[in-house]
Amino acid sequence: MDATNFFIQLLNGLQYGLLLFMLTAGLTLIFGIMGVINLAHGSFYMIGAYLAWSLSALFGNLFVAIVVGALLSVVFGWALEWILFRHFYHRDHIDQVLLTFGLIYIFEELRSLLWGDNVHAVQMPKVLDWSIQLTDNLAYPVYRLFMSCICLLLAVGLYLLISKTRLGMKIRAGAFNHDMTEALGINIRLIHGIVFALGVGLASVAGMIAAPISSVYPSMGSSVLIMCFVVVVIGGIGSVRGALVASLLVGLVDTFGKVLLPQVAGMLVYMVMAIVLLYKPEGLFKQ
Amino acid sequence: MNSRRFVLTGGAALAASVSSSLLLPRWANAQGSKLRVGLMLPFTGTFAQPGIAVENGFRLALAQNGDKLGGREFELVKVDDESNPAKAIENATRLVQRDKVDVLIGSVHSGVQMGIHKVARETGVLNIIPNAGVHVATRAQCAPNVFRTSFTNAQPTLALGKVMVDRGHKKAVWITWNYAAGEEAFEGFEKGFTEAGGTIVKKFGLPFPNVEFQALLTEIASLKPDAVACFFAGGGAAKFLRDYAAAGLNKTIPLYGSGFLTEGVLDAAGDAAEGVLTTLHYSDSLDTPRNKQFRLEYAKTFKAQPDVYAVQGYDAGLLLIQGANAVKGDFSNKKSLYAAMENATIDSPRGKWTMSKSHNPVQDMYLRQVVNKDNKVIRIAQKAVADPGTGCRMG
Repeated sequence: MDATNFFIQLLNGLQYGLLLFMLTAGLTLIFGIMGVINLAHGSFYMIGAYLAWSLSALFGNLFVAIVVGALLSVVFGWALEWILFRHFYHRDHIDQVLLTFGLIYIFEELRSLLWGDNVHAVQMPKVLDWSIQLTDNLAYPVYRLFMSCICLLLAVGLYLLISKTRLGMKIRAGAFNHDMTEALGINIRLIHGIVFALGVGLASVAGMIAAPISSVYPSMGSSVLIMCFVVVVIGGIGSVRGALVASLLVGLVDTFGKVLLPQVAGMLVYMVMAIVLLYKPEGLFKQ
Repeated sequence: MNSRRFVLTGGAALAASVSSSLLLPRWANAQGSKLRVGLMLPFTGTFAQPGIAVENGFRLALAQNGDKLGGREFELVKVDDESNPAKAIENATRLVQRDKVDVLIGSVHSGVQMGIHKVARETGVLNIIPNAGVHVATRAQCAPNVFRTSFTNAQPTLALGKVMVDRGHKKAVWITWNYAAGEEAFEGFEKGFTEAGGTIVKKFGLPFPNVEFQALLTEIASLKPDAVACFFAGGGAAKFLRDYAAAGLNKTIPLYGSGFLTEGVLDAAGDAAEGVLTTLHYSDSLDTPRNKQFRLEYAKTFKAQPDVYAVQGYDAGLLLIQGANAVKGDFSNKKSLYAAMENATIDSPRGKWTMSKSHNPVQDMYLRQVVNKDNKVIRIAQKAVADPGTGCRMG
C-alpha cells in the first residue's frame, strides 16, 4: 500500500467512524444517563432516512428537509419518552430489551405501511454533488467530506453542551446520582426527556445525512445497530468522549481490515471489542 | 339416565368424528374437492417486494387458465416466511402436515429454501421454487418432486465472462458479499470469464450485509483493472452503484454485474447506473410480443409493473398448470405429474425455456445495458444456458 492509498484509506476510515459517532452518541447518552438499553436505535436511523426521502421530495431541498426532520424527530423522541420509556428506567434490563425489541418490529411495520418496501434514492444537493480528484482514476465525493464536517461539528457541540453549560451539568449530575439530583430540586424528568429526545434526534439526523449516500431501504437500521452497540461497549457506556474514540477506532479497523485482512474482516471489529473488554471491562473511558 | 347420557354423548362424538376427515380421509380428498396450493413467500421484510411479485405472477397465470388446475378448483394457503431461515422448517411443515397442501410454491430467500427443501425431500410434497438460486436444490440435493422456475446463482454470471472479453476487458476484478449467493455467483463468473480467456486480477469480498464499499473501491482504483464484475442486490446494489460513480470509477473502469445489480434499484441509483452492463434471464424492456402482452395484463390486473420475480412466479403457475393438465388434476399420480413437468416447454415472457435434467430452467441469458433508468436488451449474451447440475443423480 503506497502513501496515497494509505492516506485515502485513512480518510475513508475516519469518515465512516465519524458517521458512526453521530449515531452512537445518542445511544450512549441514553444508555449512560437513563440506564435504558434501546435496541430500537437503529430504527430511528431508518426513520430519519425515510423522513429525509419524504421531506426532501416535499420541500425540494435536502437542507430544509434535514432541519424539519430533526425537529420532527426530537418531538417524536420526546413523545416516545413521555409515553413509554419513562416507565422503564427502574425496570430490569431484560424488560427494556423486550420493549425496544418489540419497538423494532412495530417501527418496521409502520415504515412498511407508510413508505412501502422499495429501495429509494434521496437527491444530493447540487452544491455538494461533485467529487475531488485524488488520483488519476479515483475521486472523493465532496458530500462525504460534508458529512464528516457535520459530525465533527456535532462532536464539538455535544462536548460544549455537556461540559460547559448548566444543562450539561444537570445531565451529568443526573447520571452520577439520580436521586440526589432530584432531591436538590432539579427537574430530573425534564432532563431525561431532553436527553432522550436528543438521542433520537441524533440518530435520525445521522440517517437523514447518510441517506443520499446509502439509499433508503427496509433493513438499513438493523445492519447499523450492531456496530452502534460495539462502539458503545468499546467506548464505555455513557461516555461521549469514549463513543468518539471508539467510533473512529471501529471505522479505521473496519476499513483497513477489509483491505489488509479480508478473510477475517467480518470478525475484526468484534475481536477488538473482545480485547478491549479483557483489559478494560468498562470500556475505554469512564462516564 | 346414565345409559341415555352415554348414548347421546357417544352419538354426538361419533357424528362429529364421522364428519371430520380423521375417521374417513378418503371422503375429504375425493376427486371434485379443491386442490390446496401453499404459497410460502416473504410478504414482509426486505424481500417483501419480490415475494408479492411472485404471488401476483403466479395468480395471473392461474387466472388466465380460468383459475383451475387440470379442471379442478384450488384454494391458496399463504404463509409469510419473513425471509427467516430459522422458522423455515416449521413454516413448511405446517403447510404440509396441518394444511395438507398438494403443492408448495416457495421461496425467495435461499436460507429459507433450504428449510423448505428438507421438508420437501422428507415428505415428498411437490415444491416449485420461484426464486431462490441456491445451487444444491438442483444439484447434489436434487429431488424428483422439486422444480425451479427461476435460476441458479451461477447462471447469470456464466454468460457475463465472454461478454466482457469480447468487449476487450480481459483483466477484471470481482467483488461481492462473502455469503453463499456471492460465492455461487462467482463460480459462474469464474468459469465463463476464464474459459473465454480472461484473468481475474483480484477477488474482493466484504462481510454480508456490510455496505461500506469505500475501502474496496479505493483498492480497485489502485489496481487499475480493465473492468469490474460484481454481484449485489437490493439496497446494497443501489449503494454500490452510487458509490462507484461518486468515486469516479465509472469513467475509467467499466462496471459489469449479474443482472440483480440493476433489478428494482434503478430509480434509487439514478444516473449512477447509466451504462452499466448486466446479464440476466429477463429484462423489463424485452421487446417480444409475449413479454409485451404479459406486462400489459399484469399492469391491468395489479396496477403495478412486473419484474423478473413476477415472471418467475408466473412461470411457476404455467409449469403447475401443465403438470396438472397432464394428470387431470389428480396429484396423487406423481409419476405422470413429474414427467409432464420435466418435459414441459414454458412459453414464458422471458422466452421459451425447458427443464434441465436436474429440474432447473435451461434458458437464454440477455445482455442488458442501463439506458435512462431502464435495462435495455442489447442482445442475447448466451443461448440455452444450463446449470451443470453437478452431483444430481436424477436422469
